[in-house]
Amino acid sequence: MIPSKFDYYSPATLQEALSLLSEYGDDAKVLAGGQSLVSLLKLRLASPRCLVDLGSIGNLSYIHEDGADNLLIGAMTRYAEIAESKLIAEKCPLLRQTALVVGDVQVRNRGTLGGSLAHADPAGDMPAAILALKADLKATGPKRDRWIKSEDFFLGMYATALEANEILTEVRVPVLNDRQSAYLKAARRPSDFAMVGIAVCLKRAKNGTCEDVGLGVTGITDKPYRPQHVEAKLRGQKLDPAAIGAVAQSITEGIDVNGNIHASPEFRAHLAGVYLSRAIQAAIGS
Amino acid sequence: MKFPVEITVNGVKRRSEVEPRLLLVHYLRDVLEITGTHVGCETGICGACTVHLDDEAVKSCMVLAVQADGCSVTTVEGLASDGTLDDVQQGFWEEHGLQCGYCTPGLLMSAHDLLRKSPNPSAEEIRRAINGNLCRCTGYQTIVHSIQNAAQKMRAKKPAAAKQVQPAKLRTSKRKREQRRPATV
Repeated sequence: MIPSKFDYYSPATLQEALSLLSEYGDDAKVLAGGQSLVSLLKLRLASPRCLVDLGSIGNLSYIHEDGADNLLIGAMTRYAEIAESKLIAEKCPLLRQTALVVGDVQVRNRGTLGGSLAHADPAGDMPAAILALKADLKATGPKRDRWIKSEDFFLGMYATALEANEILTEVRVPVLNDRQSAYLKAARRPSDFAMVGIAVCLKRAKNGTCEDVGLGVTGITDKPYRPQHVEAKLRGQKLDPAAIGAVAQSITEGIDVNGNIHASPEFRAHLAGVYLSRAIQAAIGS
Repeated sequence: MKFPVEITVNGVKRRSEVEPRLLLVHYLRDVLEITGTHVGCETGICGACTVHLDDEAVKSCMVLAVQADGCSVTTVEGLASDGTLDDVQQGFWEEHGLQCGYCTPGLLMSAHDLLRKSPNPSAEEIRRAINGNLCRCTGYQTIVHSIQNAAQKMRAKKPAAAKQVQPAKLRTSKRKREQRRPATV
């Protein structure tokens, strides 16, 4: 359980970190809180030649409003900080609710939002919330920043739209003024990864029908995803149990559902439908 | 390639040169020979290696020693003073919160993390707070009682402070030090 050798850098600025990435390319890994990466290093599932630790870069941990109904969250903001932030609780409670069910206390004290997203675990909790929120992710490269839509960010197992010379530096989420939200996950034990995790963020019209909805799904396949065909079916619907139940099972339509010792593909697909119904009802009740 | 680190452990500044791949738990046990922190699963599951890093519970097998540079670490050895158990240790002692004791150092540190934020936790809250610590002996029942017992002792001592809840601080500038480069290449 000892990692293989690597070069270690702890740059003081983002620019230095970026030039190290340009130098090492795919041989470098970026270290944030380390709650996923240190495990991979120990198991030698990852053996990078170089580790670039963002821990000494001071200005990557923050939560504030941008004045245009969004919250900007620094990539190095830890789960515990998200869970305890009054601004998040008030303006984007879905993130708080999700942060509170990530791993255990020790993981939440160290693990970061940016680390979770850039690691792109197919069963990570945060990606589901970020997808349902239709958040944007800021990739900082050596020459410029670019914003990536959350639905375009997750490409496959541990694979994202980030280039080898880019660092995820900020996440932009909408303030949920008149929206209701919930994240529910099914796991054998509370600190486990999700067998299925469903995030919902919806807006209801005055007559109670669904005006708009964002969904994020995790734990099902090789990457977290946003089932836009289900969102489309829900729009304009009444959101009573019958209407939700009618569309719930289509959440895994066209998806290659994983099976493992915790849940067969059939059971996991069933759970996804049940948890979608429950999450929508939890959001409405929130 | 070794890196200089300065880590305050149980109030004492320690300077060492370490390989970047050295885990914090091995730094504590093998380099400093402070062995109260136990190595359990080494995969971030069991929580036996839980210590406080800048006053928050972390699993020391999930942190590289170089990441703790400039930080303060408290291990189970840092709890008792002058041979007198602290409230949480005493709480475990009185309620038989351990049998073999292997998980105990980690559970004590997690209990402290909880009681700092929540001085009067419900049994359910305690169970949620220790879900990153595995115990194979007690079935957790006596551990929950122990933490409730400790909470009571702490509240009795600090009735005013018990109402305060300290939120986690955003770390805008985590460490004040120069950029690290290899000491020897």
